[in-house]
Amino acid sequence: MADRSEIDALIDLMAKLPGLGPRSARRAVLHLIRKRGLLLQPLADSMAEVARTARECLNCGNVGTSDICAICADDRRATGLLCVVEDVADLWAMERSGVFKGRYHVLGGTLSALDAVGPEDLRIPKLLDRVAGEEITEVILALNATIDGQTTAHYIVDQLEGRVEITSLAQGVPIGGELDYLDDGTITAALNARKRM
Amino acid sequence: MSLSLDTLTLSHFRSHRRAEIAVDARPVAIFGPNGAGKTNLLEAVSLFSPGRGMRRGSAQEMTRRPEALGWKVSGIVAGPQGRSEVAFLSEAGQPRQVRIDEKPQPQTTLGRIARVLWLVPSMDRLWIEGAEGRRRFLDRMTLSFFPDHAEASLDYEKAMRDRNRLLKDQIRDAHWYRALEAQMARTGAVIDANRRAALTRLAAAQDGAETAFPTANLELLHADADMPEGEAPFAEALAASRPRDLMAGRTLVGPHRADLLGTYVAKDVPASDCSTGEQKALLISLILANARAIAADFGAPPLLLLDEVAAHLDADRRAALYAEVTALGAQAWMTGTGPELFAELGDRAQYVKVTEAAGESRVTQRDRP
Ligand SMILES: Nc1ncnc2c1ncn2[C@@H]1O[C@H](COP(=O)(O)OP(=O)(O)O)[C@@H](O)[C@H]1O
Ligand SMILES: [Mg+2]
Ligand SMILES: [Zn+2]
Repeated sequence: MADRSEIDALIDLMAKLPGLGPRSARRAVLHLIRKRGLLLQPLADSMAEVARTARECLNCGNVGTSDICAICADDRRATGLLCVVEDVADLWAMERSGVFKGRYHVLGGTLSALDAVGPEDLRIPKLLDRVAGEEITEVILALNATIDGQTTAHYIVDQLEGRVEITSLAQGVPIGGELDYLDDGTITAALNARKRM
Repeated sequence: MSLSLDTLTLSHFRSHRRAEIAVDARPVAIFGPNGAGKTNLLEAVSLFSPGRGMRRGSAQEMTRRPEALGWKVSGIVAGPQGRSEVAFLSEAGQPRQVRIDEKPQPQTTLGRIARVLWLVPSMDRLWIEGAEGRRRFLDRMTLSFFPDHAEASLDYEKAMRDRNRLLKDQIRDAHWYRALEAQMARTGAVIDANRRAALTRLAAAQDGAETAFPTANLELLHADADMPEGEAPFAEALAASRPRDLMAGRTLVGPHRADLLGTYVAKDVPASDCSTGEQKALLISLILANARAIAADFGAPPLLLLDEVAAHLDADRRAALYAEVTALGAQAWMTGTGPELFAELGDRAQYVKVTEAAGESRVTQRDRP
């Protein structure tokens, strides 16, 4: 291990990706090098492009390539329904299932005093603005059933009560389970059977 | 119906490099000199109930030193739910994992297939030391009736630590407090109700029981502020306590402030004023009552772990204990230094001799003490 090559550096970076370890990173890199023209170069180009353009939507926190994401920019999604999720991965899971036609608000985490995450760190002030500004009629809370998730849900209900109808995804979402891991059918069922808070 | 371990295998667990015990449902009497590795065997059995086990050790502390390679404890549990192969393992420094019939499972699943109660020498000072030990004793008994007690306790702790941080940082966002207090009220009310129900069952199990051990009356107390029953009243109490809590920098009302007042009923004397032998007898009485109540509830008496139980008992009390354990039909794992302590048991029990040589425990099974 005298001099570390660029290839080693790439393997180290790949090994930091979720779901990959050192062994699978080595396999992936070897595969990429073998398919240099077919895979490696297009991947490098694509990554460079995303690195240049990717940003968070200023309105909802979704990840896209412009300041206002495609969902927020689409008038047909102004149904009056606003679904609050913890993470972009949850938003993408909901979109994959295709059942939800409204807009989203991504908190970017959950309230946790121990981790020094407060309401200001979570786009909660922005959420309150949006409810007034976008003629929202129903806020659907799709937060995890963990203590932090439920504390956050409670906080939002406490802030919005009386101003708008607030519902939450029906149980059946497993305790501590994350939206991202649920299949489309489960998400659809949970959305259809949502209940008032 | 009975509940028993049929086999117990330890690999690189504390002082045991490898130990295999094959037993039937009768009590297991374990003898050998100090430091031989007897309590380590009991600790391995204590893992079969949710929690950190009898010594509250971490997975890392359990790994056999100096190798520190990781460890495994496994056994066949035979009980009302049928037979299950249960294994606990920790790989080099990693947290303990639970496998039931070869599938990874959360710890809480254990409550469905086994119940375990224990009495260890450090509990001899339970009545005279701080409230924490008594609270833990109460929660162990409660957990033996209500497997959901562990989860409620973890969730409550989590929300309370968050609230305490707000208090310490002097944060005044009332919405945030209300959100955390709602979680604390929901879980705290479950904890409190579970504890009260457990005490009721223990009292019922002591009532009219034929036992040579004295009846203990147990009363739930809370330091400083009373703990109101029910979710809504507790939520109100938390809100009302906020100014005081802000001054103290921590939460002053709730199930985490509970204490247990024990009374030796026949003498109407607080347990803390009883003799050492009487205090031990009260604990044994409670463990036996708990075991009887579980037998009715769960369909079989729990596994009992009675570490050095013979130490403070005279010959009559010892004989009475053996008689009651046998009558209960519990697989009681008992330890003592010499075989003579178990002579009275005869063929009502099976025997395990533990010795130590060159830092390694050796286990031999016998039919006689
Ligand atoms: N992780 C460990 N690795 C090796 N030995 C250990 C470990 N933890 C405890 N021991 C040893 O186990 C012995 C105590 O065993 P224990 O079961 O408590 O004895 P006893 O037979 O008196 O109940 C001590 O000698 C202690 O050093
Ligand atoms: Mg010991
Ligand atoms: Zn957007």
